[in-house]
Amino acid sequence: MNLVSIARRNVFHRPLSTGLSVLLLAFGVGMISILLLVQRQLAEDFDRNINDIDMVLGAKGSPLQLILANVYHVDVPTGNISLPEAQQVVAHPFVESGIPLAYGDNYRMYRIVGTEWTYPEHYACVLAEGERWGATFEVVLGAAVAKTAGMVVGDTFFSAHGLADETDVHDDKTFVVVGILERSGSVIDQLILTSIETVWAVHAHEGDIVDPADREITAMLLKKRNPLAILTLPNLLKDSNMQIALPSIELNRLTQQFGIGIQTIRAIALLIMVLSFVSVFIALFNSLRDRRYELALMRTMGGTPRALFTLVVTEGLWMTCMGIITGLILSRIGIAVLSSVVADQFHYDWSQMGAAPGEGLLVALAFLVGLLAAAIPARSVLKMDISRTLGAGR
Amino acid sequence: MHAPAVGLTFEVMLDVKNLEFNYDGAVEANSTLSFPDFSLARGQEKLLLGASGTGKTTLLHLIAGMLTPDVGRVMLAGEDFGAMQGAARDRFRGRHIGIVFQQAHFVQSLTVLENLQLPGLLTGETVDLAEAEALLVELGLAHKVHSAVSALSMGEQQRVSIARAVVHKPGLILADEPTSALDDGNAEAVIDLLRRQAAKAGSALLIVTHDNRLKERFDARVELVAPEKTAAK
Repeated sequence: MNLVSIARRNVFHRPLSTGLSVLLLAFGVGMISILLLVQRQLAEDFDRNINDIDMVLGAKGSPLQLILANVYHVDVPTGNISLPEAQQVVAHPFVESGIPLAYGDNYRMYRIVGTEWTYPEHYACVLAEGERWGATFEVVLGAAVAKTAGMVVGDTFFSAHGLADETDVHDDKTFVVVGILERSGSVIDQLILTSIETVWAVHAHEGDIVDPADREITAMLLKKRNPLAILTLPNLLKDSNMQIALPSIELNRLTQQFGIGIQTIRAIALLIMVLSFVSVFIALFNSLRDRRYELALMRTMGGTPRALFTLVVTEGLWMTCMGIITGLILSRIGIAVLSSVVADQFHYDWSQMGAAPGEGLLVALAFLVGLLAAAIPARSVLKMDISRTLGAGR
Repeated sequence: MHAPAVGLTFEVMLDVKNLEFNYDGAVEANSTLSFPDFSLARGQEKLLLGASGTGKTTLLHLIAGMLTPDVGRVMLAGEDFGAMQGAARDRFRGRHIGIVFQQAHFVQSLTVLENLQLPGLLTGETVDLAEAEALLVELGLAHKVHSAVSALSMGEQQRVSIARAVVHKPGLILADEPTSALDDGNAEAVIDLLRRQAAKAGSALLIVTHDNRLKERFDARVELVAPEKTAAK
């Protein structure tokens, strides 16, 4: 038995008031921790998908829509652009390289994207099995597509026109799976990749001959060579039907939109934390008032004021630590529940249960304020007049 | 100086001399309490008697170092206890004095046996668990060793508080009105227990009381009278 274990016993001796303090603190810490975990996941998802895509070239319209459609594949595209015109932009000296994207069909809601092999390479995707697409109608599946659709190399399927339903099936064009990619954690996992020629071929009618100058694509992902590209290119495109959108700027705009929601939750969480510290303070304050005689008694048995101060502060720290640990566990459970509820939209990575950046600071801050909430009432122990306290007990 | 007891020389445990104390904020000029000189040897027992208002509790608190005398000296185990300050005084008190209060109080979250470990723990000495447990058995509390203190009856509480006062074998045991709330039978039993345990631990025993039932049972007495007219017997 020592002061730390006596402190623990004292804390557990008052399960209700201790429980309230621990619960409040756990909810405050838990909410902020969930926010930090989700924010990290979103930030990593966004970053992984932008991954050095400096600009997106596409049809005029909403720049945010252009980014969402072509970088994240969550929105419909703004329209088509001419391939030769897009190639001229790529040829501009300020532009280092471009990845063309052409799409308009889906299979079981997974987008069939015509592109070049540089696209999966850009996300460091490698083949898990099979080979790259070669001939028209050969496709390579993203890891999540292969897993959910249960397809293996050699399987065939028909595509459906559009991106959102499967009513208009092109049942005369058979796709063949020739390869499956390894999981990359990027948007590629959710796509069916093929050559641009395949996408053109799906929509071509028998015997059609399309002039190469009329070839169209959906968008071009650009990597700049010179920072001036960001200033120069929009001017060049003024009179065309094309525009340049910057993923970083559009995403900042987006996060600012739902940032208000996050800030509200954060404010509520901070409020709960403040309440929990008030609760620790009141719990200790009340318990000290009830235990005045008990503490004076410990003084008569040789307990120094400092030892009793340590005892009371340790009681506060027991509550604080239990609250912090419970909060961190709660946030992990919360994330697990959340990710199972929205499993389709939000593929939470289980390896992400580790400490999020900022959580260390959160724990340190909670601990410090807990220390303070305990130290203030504990100071009364230092100044206690044991003669008066014991005399008043009769 | 202190008068040695008849025919024997004792090691002096407690020596009180010229003690005066004035409660801060007292308005009356004659509010100063002055106390008779007396001393107590190891193994000796004494009754401190006096009506209400004669400063019995004040004297007890002065001896226990819970109050600091304005004038005079409290020698405990050969050291000037009254002059000690702060943590040193708390530790010295814990090591050399065991106190039985009128009302038994315990650390409520701990068991009976754990409460007996407190004096040793707080003074930084090793606690002999077996000895503490044997003491409880001797006091007829074998079945309560691991009970919560809230499960004790009044009589049991007083016995446990006696056990706590003697468990670390202090040189001096102070008892503040230990019988005032008890009936004749229980009062007698508690006093017997105190005397037996004090003798066993080789401690000096000072019982503060206004309980006249105890008068004839003790030969050595210090009697307090109204302020400014104190006398030692």
